[in-house]
Amino acid sequence: MTETALTQAALTEAALTEAALTEAALTEAALLAPELARICGAANVITDPLDLRTYECDGLTSHRSTPAVVVLPGTAEETAQVVRECAARGIPFVARGSGTGLSGGALAREDGVLIVMSRMRTILEIDPVSRRAVVEPGVTNLAISKAVQHLGLFYAPDPSSQVVCSVGGNVAENSGGAHCLKHGFTVHHVTGLEIVTPQGELTWLGNGTGTAEGYDLVGAFTGSEGTLGIVTKVIVKLIPIPEQIHTILAAYETTSEGGRAVSDIIAAGVLPAAIEMMDALSIEAAEAAVHCDYPAGAGAVLIVELDGPAAEVEAELATVRAICEQAGAGEIRAADDPEQRAVIWAGRKSAFAAVGRISPEFIVQDGVVPRTSLPAVLARIAELSEQAGIRVANVFHAGDGNLHPLVLFDGPEQEAAAEELSGAILDICLDHGGSITGEHGVGVDKSRYMPKMFNADDLDTMQLIRCAFDPAHLCNPGKIFPTPRLCGEVPGNHRKRPPLPPGVEIF
Amino acid sequence: MNAERPVVLPRTTEDAASVLRDAADRGLTVVPRGAGLGWASRDADLIVDTRELGQVMEHAAGDLVAKVQAGATMGHVAQVLAEAGQRLALDVPPDVTVGGMIATGLAGPLRFRYGSPRDLLIGITVVRPDGTIAHSGGKVVKNVAGYDLGKLYTGSRGTLGLITEATFRLHPLPQAVAYLIADGLGRAAAVETVIAAANSPLQPSAVELSADSAGVLLEGTTDGVAERARQLAGQLGGMAVSDVPPPWWGRLPEPPGTVIRVTFWLARLAQVLDIVASSGTECTVTGPAGAGMLYLCTNTDARELISVLRAAVAGRGSVSVLTDPWTPADPLMRAVRDQFDPTGRFAHAG
Repeated sequence: MTETALTQAALTEAALTEAALTEAALTEAALLAPELARICGAANVITDPLDLRTYECDGLTSHRSTPAVVVLPGTAEETAQVVRECAARGIPFVARGSGTGLSGGALAREDGVLIVMSRMRTILEIDPVSRRAVVEPGVTNLAISKAVQHLGLFYAPDPSSQVVCSVGGNVAENSGGAHCLKHGFTVHHVTGLEIVTPQGELTWLGNGTGTAEGYDLVGAFTGSEGTLGIVTKVIVKLIPIPEQIHTILAAYETTSEGGRAVSDIIAAGVLPAAIEMMDALSIEAAEAAVHCDYPAGAGAVLIVELDGPAAEVEAELATVRAICEQAGAGEIRAADDPEQRAVIWAGRKSAFAAVGRISPEFIVQDGVVPRTSLPAVLARIAELSEQAGIRVANVFHAGDGNLHPLVLFDGPEQEAAAEELSGAILDICLDHGGSITGEHGVGVDKSRYMPKMFNADDLDTMQLIRCAFDPAHLCNPGKIFPTPRLCGEVPGNHRKRPPLPPGVEIF
Repeated sequence: MNAERPVVLPRTTEDAASVLRDAADRGLTVVPRGAGLGWASRDADLIVDTRELGQVMEHAAGDLVAKVQAGATMGHVAQVLAEAGQRLALDVPPDVTVGGMIATGLAGPLRFRYGSPRDLLIGITVVRPDGTIAHSGGKVVKNVAGYDLGKLYTGSRGTLGLITEATFRLHPLPQAVAYLIADGLGRAAAVETVIAAANSPLQPSAVELSADSAGVLLEGTTDGVAERARQLAGQLGGMAVSDVPPPWWGRLPEPPGTVIRVTFWLARLAQVLDIVASSGTECTVTGPAGAGMLYLCTNTDARELISVLRAAVAGRGSVSVLTDPWTPADPLMRAVRDQFDPTGRFAHAG
């Protein structure tokens, strides 16, 4: 046998062994179903292949993987028991909220258990004096604001999926939203988390005050994309509803004119709640979808929202109006009642879905650049778009430099070029000192870009946290990091061993 | 801090890394030090002093972002940023270094509106105990790529290695400020004032308590602040309005004595103050009460007070003795520390 043939044989054998192992792993996860049914009730365990397909992807539909079994725990204790079962058997598990994530962060494992948190949707406590609420992870983002509205309070982070997305998912992804320019992200509004550790223990991070002794584990956990444990309770901050909210729409011939207005607003010392911009193509799409009636022929629309005490908003409004005019706005509209404000926002809020009207398929990209680099970055994107013959509609949070280029394509023959352009946009962001994701997360979608943003030591150091929380690497494995770090034994094992499930003996 | 111990003063992150690699090879215990203002003294074979790491490396005014070395004092940073009409909204005493502030999680009265260092830190460079340099975050405000090491190093008190550089989100300096001050308040009135101010949609930047005085800071445009001060003073009653702070504003406790930090849900403010008053322990009470935090400072035995307070805020707050060295006790924190510093050489409390 030649050397090549030998190698070939060895490879075939390895592949066969791997297939057998995978088969065994699949079976092992599926065999867990009766145990999961004992813990959570048979009605809350899904094993039917057709039903399992419902859970094969999250909001990022280009990645699909059907879980071996799905379980929907009803309590924190049940969640902990489920995780203990997985940990004891070395079966990987993935937590999922409403499944609206855009980076495949909740993508299931074929050899694993998908733990769906949507049954846990009770608002447990509202303390209006401390301005805190304690909620279960399956509670939707908007449900919190609705529950506290009568107290004059709201929950600030407002991802565009807030009607359906879950707070637990928001914690995992450190979700932002249009208004995070002024009000911050999920991490700024979460002050305590009850979690199930990857070993299956229930524990608290933080105490709801925002200051705990030692490392800020609430902060480190938030945005860890479900890789450090499963959230079972969340303590959130509530803030007083602003006395006044004023929304301004300014139309420009070009995005660079609009960009000038943004720079001048920041330079004037005004911090709006939101600054959003749409380019001509995304305006066209929004017009086609929702007839938002934005100024005809505008090359860019800028939306600026001011909120706060009435006396401040009045003063800032005059400044912002003047700046928008000076930057060459063709038309300015302003609204302070909820209905009119909603009209202004309608086009922006519909933008992602609206693009479906002008293109059969599209990729939603999420990148960040320093705000002042926006004009240069937009120009470069336009160049690449023209070269590739692929259209790009730009919708962005102009205030914080977070771009959402929508890369439009038609059919499989354009798909590769669209993917390439979408990736090239991230390279542009990195060239300008930016980030590969501002709010959608890394998940499975962008792990391959992580080494472009961070060096090997950076990634190794981040994974020390992973090793501290999940040395067995069972909790949402395969996300964020392109190469998992081996977690060596460390002196002094302070973690308790998970208790053995009933009936299991050690030999 | 033990003065006879060798002190090294690195000038760059790479310098610091080579020092720490060497210390690791020799198995030396190490304590990072900033301005040396820390209340809890710790002994070590080697002290790494950051004062030569004192530069503001980059101030991107248009992006409202600044990158600074860890040994820069907050006073120096404030001066540089003010030239462009901006600030880092963490009003700690000016001598405090950036690294010291992060490592202790220290913040001033502005904590009420802007939070603590973890809320404004967007990128960090550290040297691990083994000498490895690591970064996380970046220089953009919005960024969810990778784990946020900055959060981990906030409050780490030197136990995870040395912080060498930090990038922060900035804010514009306000056009105008107004301090609303009430003195000689009884306990009930003080609690009422703090809670009403903290929950006001007039958006205070700070809500402070100091002995029997309460103070509220409003910041914003000239017209806006004047109008809000008028409204809030009317709502709260008995407040004097001034454009300068009272002498006690933002002043941290001054040892000798035991410094205790109590954090709590605001609804328990009255309970916390009642416990302190009825304990018979003579102590000063100051701090950002509206943000659910108070500093107590006493020269007498405070053990009984501490245990009563701990029981009272259990699960909904914390009681920390800041004059004692800290070491991670929580199992997850220990697991993290063991990953970064398996042999416990850094800022060892023992």
